[in-house]
Amino acid sequence: MTSGKTDGFVVFDRVQKSYDGETLVVKDLNLEIARGEFLTMLGPSGSGKTTCLMMLAGFETSTQGEIRLDGKAINNIPPHKRGIGMVFQNYALFPHMTIAENLSFPLEVRNIGKSEREGKIRRALDMVQMSDFAGRRPAQLSGGQQQRIALARALVFEPELVLMDEPLGALDKQLREHMQFEITKLAHSLGITTVYVTHDQTEALTMSDNVAVFNDGRIQQLAPPEELYERPANSFVAQFIGENNKLEGVVETIDGDRCTVRLDDGTLIDAQPVNVTQAGERTRVSIRPERVESNPERLPEDAHLVEAEVLEFIYMGDTFRFRLRVGGKDDFVMKYRNAQDQQRLEAGQKIRIGWLPQDCRALDA
Amino acid sequence: MSTNATEPQLDELNSGQIKRQLGRALRRQKLRALLLIAPLLIFIIVGFINPIASMLLRSVENNIVQETLPRTIEALHDWDSDSDELPPEETFTALAADLQIAIENRSALTFARRMNFEIAGFTTMIRRVQREVRGWDVEADGPFREQMIDMHRGWGEVQTWRAIEAYSSPYTIGYYLAAVDMTMVNGEIESMPDNQSLHIMLFWRTIWMSGLICFLTLLLGYPIAYLLANIKERHANLLLILVLLPFWTSLLVRTSAWKVLLQEQGVINQVLVAIGLVADDARLELINNKLGVIIAMTHILLPFMILPLYSVMKTIPPSYVRAAKSLGANDWTAFWRVYFPQSVPGIGAGAILVFILAVGYYITPELVGGPSGMFISNRIAHQWNVSGNWGLVGALGTIMLLAVLVLYWLYDRIVGIDNVKLG
Repeated sequence: MTSGKTDGFVVFDRVQKSYDGETLVVKDLNLEIARGEFLTMLGPSGSGKTTCLMMLAGFETSTQGEIRLDGKAINNIPPHKRGIGMVFQNYALFPHMTIAENLSFPLEVRNIGKSEREGKIRRALDMVQMSDFAGRRPAQLSGGQQQRIALARALVFEPELVLMDEPLGALDKQLREHMQFEITKLAHSLGITTVYVTHDQTEALTMSDNVAVFNDGRIQQLAPPEELYERPANSFVAQFIGENNKLEGVVETIDGDRCTVRLDDGTLIDAQPVNVTQAGERTRVSIRPERVESNPERLPEDAHLVEAEVLEFIYMGDTFRFRLRVGGKDDFVMKYRNAQDQQRLEAGQKIRIGWLPQDCRALDA
Repeated sequence: MSTNATEPQLDELNSGQIKRQLGRALRRQKLRALLLIAPLLIFIIVGFINPIASMLLRSVENNIVQETLPRTIEALHDWDSDSDELPPEETFTALAADLQIAIENRSALTFARRMNFEIAGFTTMIRRVQREVRGWDVEADGPFREQMIDMHRGWGEVQTWRAIEAYSSPYTIGYYLAAVDMTMVNGEIESMPDNQSLHIMLFWRTIWMSGLICFLTLLLGYPIAYLLANIKERHANLLLILVLLPFWTSLLVRTSAWKVLLQEQGVINQVLVAIGLVADDARLELINNKLGVIIAMTHILLPFMILPLYSVMKTIPPSYVRAAKSLGANDWTAFWRVYFPQSVPGIGAGAILVFILAVGYYITPELVGGPSGMFISNRIAHQWNVSGNWGLVGALGTIMLLAVLVLYWLYDRIVGIDNVKLG
């Protein structure tokens, strides 16, 4: 292989895309997806994730750069020759065909014989537990059933790569959670490479091997779910994934993987430097609500404690949520598990809170 | 709890009253709705249902013969129409008496015109007799048979009397027979001779030309509708205005414009001659024939195909074609197997609209059709304007109406009217 080419199954190599010739919706995208990987493109709407998926499927052309599939550049290959399975947002099941005919379609256009076709259709329907529905029409199925059929249709011709464009967006919460599990299980058991687009972070975290967080036409961070949540690379990722408290201030001291930050109201806190390199830099620190500790006994002795006032207590069933005033801001959130011995704080109560330095990340301002 | 306990009681007490109140409220609503649509309803009854009913009536009505010749018809009862002999003298006497009254009432010529549709030259026969009959004394001046035959030999022909007898009842299917090129001779239905058979040929021509025009509008309209449905809204609106522009121009103006373009010294021929494609003495005949009608009507009816197609295509999400392509279908297969079947309701709506409109077209065939491009509606207009044969006009119109209704019914059975979207 020549330099620059890597052995990823799917490769985006410095890809750019512009619709109007003035603004880039995808800016200098580099991404490698290994064979068998389940990768999720996560981001707010307009972040360029769907455009990337459409370029991979062949429905949009990149204005610059190269997309490679299994080592071959596919920029000039029309969509129907790419052999990529795709599940669309609204399923796009053909309404004038039965379920069996829908599944038969990709096999017919590949000139596969009738008996072989029937076998494949049966196996695909079995795979999604929809064998009894072969003779129905899409309109006679529920949303969840249509979703399964869309999945079966995208897999029936045994593609090596499957793209999914927010496939669970139209389902209710319970069904969505169930389908998340099924899709992941299916993808892993078949060993196919999956590129999944969503704006739902829970979906991204629970399903993927790797998540690419998109914003403003760029990948902000590409990492496995755990790393993404625990160690967000910048304040956008920290903000976008999960719940997050942010405080602003200036780095006071910095010492290896520990630093102290002087907040704007003068409070000093512990943090881990991520995007800061020297004292005096402005930073935005990020702390997860569940990592905030109100019992100083559980913190190391040298931890800096912060004054806080409880503003609101919200009972959420499995968790307790407190809204606090910290460092002059009143949107700081602290979360407790609902346990037997857990103390409940009253609104108006003054407390002292703190955290482990590694749970508080000093990011870009 | 206390409210729950009292509620059923309340219901029982008032149930009759509630029902009455509801009825009154609904009645008021219905009355108001009726009042709102009353102007339209009256307009439809007067301007639409009434003419159709009167057309249906006229197509079978035949009072005039009985009203004009009551005595003659009475006398003809005893005559055997199958025999080759003329009716006896009494019939002629009765005819003379009837005609005297008819002349007095000035209804003789109306009657003559009616019978003239069945017996060529009947008006002349009546005119000849009319002058003399006026002065006759019916009681004394007989016998009339020879005198009348002398005045016009038509009176001495058995055919004449058979026709009078055949059309003596107040209702007749004669107009319908005439409308399908048939006639009743001696109580038997026969085809008219070929040189008088015009209507079947015209019906057939109207149908096949309308079908062809329908097909041509589909051929031209489908890509335009597709384009409209698949480009940016801003551009689509502009294009839609171009499609609708002809709608805002008078039909007469558009047809006349085609006349200017198509005639022998017209724009198209002049251009073709000027660039040397066509010799000056061999100019194309583009007008006053079927070709002219097809060209002009295809253009005029095109929007009626495009709009229903467009409204259906707009509802087909682009993801279907994308899905088909991602499943391995090339452009043509994706179109033919996925997009096209979903646009069929639009094709159905457009086709039925264009066909029904085309079948009833009058102005365009009249102006650019010439004799060979004439439609059945032009024949109807001719019968009405020139011949004044209202019965035949009614019969032809009724056949047209029935044909369209049958078509509509068939369409409903096959495609379903519910699937039709007109916008």
